Amino acid sequence: MSLNRTPLNAAHRAAGARMVDFGGWDMPVAYGSQIDEHNAVRRDAGMFDVSHMRALDLAGAGARDFLRVALANNVDKLKDAGKALYSCMLREDGGVLDDLIVYFLREDFFRIVVNASTTDKDVAWLRALLASHAPTLTLTPRDDLAMIAVQGPGARAKFWQAVPGSEAATAGLKPFQGTQAGDLFVARTGYTGEDGFEILTPAARAQSLWDALAAVGVKPCGLGARDTLRLEAGMNLYGQDMDESVTPLVSGLAWTVDLASARDFVGKAALVAHPPQSQLVGLVLLEGGGVLRAHQAVQTPHGGGETTSGTFSPTLGKSIALARVPAAVAPGDMVEVSVRGKPLAAKVVKPPFVRNGKILVQ
Amino acid sequence: MNVPKDLKYADSHEWMRAEEDGTVTIGITDHAQEALGDLVFIELPAIGRTLAAGEACAVVESVKAASDVYAPLAGEVVAANTAVTTAPESLNADAYTAWLFRIKPADPNALASMLDAAAYEKLIA
Repeated sequence: MSLNRTPLNAAHRAAGARMVDFGGWDMPVAYGSQIDEHNAVRRDAGMFDVSHMRALDLAGAGARDFLRVALANNVDKLKDAGKALYSCMLREDGGVLDDLIVYFLREDFFRIVVNASTTDKDVAWLRALLASHAPTLTLTPRDDLAMIAVQGPGARAKFWQAVPGSEAATAGLKPFQGTQAGDLFVARTGYTGEDGFEILTPAARAQSLWDALAAVGVKPCGLGARDTLRLEAGMNLYGQDMDESVTPLVSGLAWTVDLASARDFVGKAALVAHPPQSQLVGLVLLEGGGVLRAHQAVQTPHGGGETTSGTFSPTLGKSIALARVPAAVAPGDMVEVSVRGKPLAAKVVKPPFVRNGKILVQ
Repeated sequence: MNVPKDLKYADSHEWMRAEEDGTVTIGITDHAQEALGDLVFIELPAIGRTLAAGEACAVVESVKAASDVYAPLAGEVVAANTAVTTAPESLNADAYTAWLFRIKPADPNALASMLDAAAYEKLIA
């Protein structure tokens, strides 16, 4: 089967990007040095083609009521137009179908942005749920849109410079808020731990927007840098740090699950019935000796666990990981990670490791 | 891709240079560093270790992945470049200056059977 291509595929290839198969999409992993790309986002501004992710538009009367059932986080938190919410979507048994961002645009119109590899599954799941709960609502995958994330302390100013006239509509956006600005949907969200925008654009405009951003000094960044940035920011990668076999409660996402209100949602009963036995924590490798990677065994004072993501953190200059370990493990505990057969000492920390350019762990 | 003519190569992407004292200096090729991406950790064999041809004896880890480095020929390790372990990025900058280790080959003629630059270029084309 041939790989899916985003509207920016030719631009990536022309820029000499190293391309990889990412969940069935032909995507750039890096254009040059991945660490340079990472640092550009931490220090100034970088951009990512995230057109493989999909916007799903939910329209019709009762959209909010439907999302109160479909999502683990509570859309009643969304009061102002444009406000966004991060949430998991769960199976009946509490397993994570996907993590997503939902935007409240009007009472009869919400936009959901889901992961690339899960799009088809999500659409099928939501349509089945719609059929039984809200058959008059429509769910429209926006295959006509491309998505560019512009991230870093200088990202918003550079976006305004690249897109004349965009500042008036978007300067007032608070974190986790989006708005339509001409034919662009601009949201102050991201996956890097830095300020910036995620921009949905008509596919036909993607190339000119990318070029305009590059022309004002926004550095093109690949999925490699995206991964080290999100891991430093303590953000989960779906399919790696969590999937259908685990609940959000053991994935560092209890803060996104509303068990307090009387509202019932898909998966709630299972979460209530099964208190978490494990948790997702951060690890910092102390002495070097290798690099933490996914699926390394972790020995803790309270039993065994496993890393779910690991990399070298350019900002810390040390290797870091997310790991699923017994619930009794606490920040500050020392653990041993098996790196290519060698037990290496690591310290347990509470993610994030880095936010807004600052190191948050010792 | 930079493939110097005066070096020999292994299909596992190591380069070899014959030294005047009969030892062989070994590193990984420009093609290998390019494929690995930014290197962040390098582990070298201990001096005095005896290696079989094809034995995994060093590790290079990039941000993306870990990769073994193999002894392209049998022999005893007589030197290791510790400068590269403290600055792994120097290998990305110049793969042929940032050598990894040096072997006293068990067979003084072993180098002759290794790939030349033209053959290695064909391999990675």
